[in-house]
Amino acid sequence: MTVYLLCFILFLVGLYGIITRRNLVKIVISLSIMEFSVFLFLALIGYVEGGSAPIIDPATPGGIYVDPLPQAMVLTAIVIGLATTAMLMSVIIRIYRKYKTLDVREIKNLRG
Amino acid sequence: MNPLIPLLVAVPLAGAFLIMILGKFVKDINKYIATLTLMFLVAATLVLMAGTGSDVAVYRLGGWDNINGIPIGIYMVSDGLSGIVLCIINVVGLLSVIYSFTYISRYTSENNYYALFCLMVAGMNGVVLSGDLFNIFVFLEIAAISSYALVAFGVGRTELEATFKYQILGGLASLIILFGIGFIYWRTKTLNMADIREVMGSETGKPLYLLVQMLLLCGFGLKAAVIPFHAWLPDAHSSAPSPISAMLSGVLIKAVGIYVLIRLFFNMFIISNETAVLITTLGTLSMVFGVFLAIGQWDIKRLLAYHSISQMGYVVMSAGMGMILLSKGIKPEVAALAVAGALFHLINHAAFKSLLFLNAGAIEYRTGTRDLKEMGGLAALMPATSSTSLVASMSISGIPPFNGFFSKLIIIIAAIMAKFYLLAVIAVLVSIITLASFLKFQRYAFYNREAANNGNNIREVPFPMVLSMVLLTLFCILLSLIAIPQVRDVVLTPAVNVLIDPHLYTSPILGM
Repeated sequence: MTVYLLCFILFLVGLYGIITRRNLVKIVISLSIMEFSVFLFLALIGYVEGGSAPIIDPATPGGIYVDPLPQAMVLTAIVIGLATTAMLMSVIIRIYRKYKTLDVREIKNLRG
Repeated sequence: MNPLIPLLVAVPLAGAFLIMILGKFVKDINKYIATLTLMFLVAATLVLMAGTGSDVAVYRLGGWDNINGIPIGIYMVSDGLSGIVLCIINVVGLLSVIYSFTYISRYTSENNYYALFCLMVAGMNGVVLSGDLFNIFVFLEIAAISSYALVAFGVGRTELEATFKYQILGGLASLIILFGIGFIYWRTKTLNMADIREVMGSETGKPLYLLVQMLLLCGFGLKAAVIPFHAWLPDAHSSAPSPISAMLSGVLIKAVGIYVLIRLFFNMFIISNETAVLITTLGTLSMVFGVFLAIGQWDIKRLLAYHSISQMGYVVMSAGMGMILLSKGIKPEVAALAVAGALFHLINHAAFKSLLFLNAGAIEYRTGTRDLKEMGGLAALMPATSSTSLVASMSISGIPPFNGFFSKLIIIIAAIMAKFYLLAVIAVLVSIITLASFLKFQRYAFYNREAANNGNNIREVPFPMVLSMVLLTLFCILLSLIAIPQVRDVVLTPAVNVLIDPHLYTSPILGM
């Protein structure tokens, strides 16, 4: 249970960062922290006490294996997360060229 | 096992790939490939809908059949509701591509534009067709990431700021959705939506069930821009190039937001009264606040974007009324009417809102401004744009005989029959304020003679843009026909039946 709680705390740390940080790069880092807490959670729910890697060995039938599906999900989600982060960082580079700042308080053309 | 179902996702993916490779060598091939891809998708959707009718078609990828009634492998499901949303996606997509021929030639790197467009369509088709939660998440991210790039396509100051906001909030929404999916998998050990309904059915009202419902409601609510989650929508939709605004407002928020919300809360969850009331409240709030935020806007595209929030409020409210009645188990025919009204308004909104964004793009193309105060007298100079936008404005404000009138009428009749008199009154009032706001748009943009100092070089936009706008105008008029009961039975009733009776959705998938 403690592991799940720690995982949830990591999620909240990321959320706190997104809400309070002023620097664009730090916002993206916070989003990544949140992302990894969700990945960790997905990996945790597939874990079976004492299980081994889910490759069935004919020599020892009836062994205990961890659930492979969440692992596949985490792999897919990591790739998606990579795409999102890369996209965000490239946007930040373009923003810095236009505005000469990374402070969200000074990037406010759009309002109302 | 209809082979068209996976092709609806595979063909646009292949199209995007081909555009990036061939576009480097052959000039102008990008727009032909994109048009052919979208034409194939429209044809395939129509064939699929005609073949499916009121059944639920299941495609099991790789031929993995059920084992003891437990679905394993990846399933793609096509039913009446998917058919309607697929039609919206591909028809509006085709018309936006035709519109882009001349509009987007002002920008560089057209190859990227058409490739990202095909990717976005592939993602949305995938969301609509997939039968399990994790594939919905994956396809949703494909659609979302390509739309982030398309919003930033102009790489100006406002575009970059808008896309950053959109990406942070979109990323947050995706994570909340993934978190919810994780909880569901933890409890049920399955991801198939029909199977989840069977396995979690006995847990209604337990804390975990509520937590999952709230996580998914927040996540998809952010994607659909329901009111407390709406902050990104006006920026993103007004900064994108106009054909993309038409796709985002007309299609994307419906395919990845409203469609999934409706599908999950009718077919996957067993809806409880409290959740249904919450969804109806959110819809009503969007309806009211969206229109009040819209009326003060002077930027045309921001005005239209706020109206998207308000009109989506109608859809969510009407679907929520259906949920309340279903959860109480009373008046099933009124619930069916409310859901039919929601779906009808969904179709209509796609037609008139994408038309309005294309009009706004045409005005911007010729005058170079989006500010209503700087325009005027365009009715004589741009007759096609003016007349099509007049039809769209009357549709969205609910003036007969255009399509918006009939869907709003069905929603209001359903509210009165369900004895939600307050909601009926609010719906009428919001419709009147919408009319006021569009009168302002018409007067300042097209008829305000005194402000007509824009010079003489303003003339009608090129033919491909006019063609898209005229075709969408025809849709605005022809879609009124769905109000006739015989037509409604063919178009809306299969979708409504699947939503009202979840057994129709689950039994073909579970093979029972």
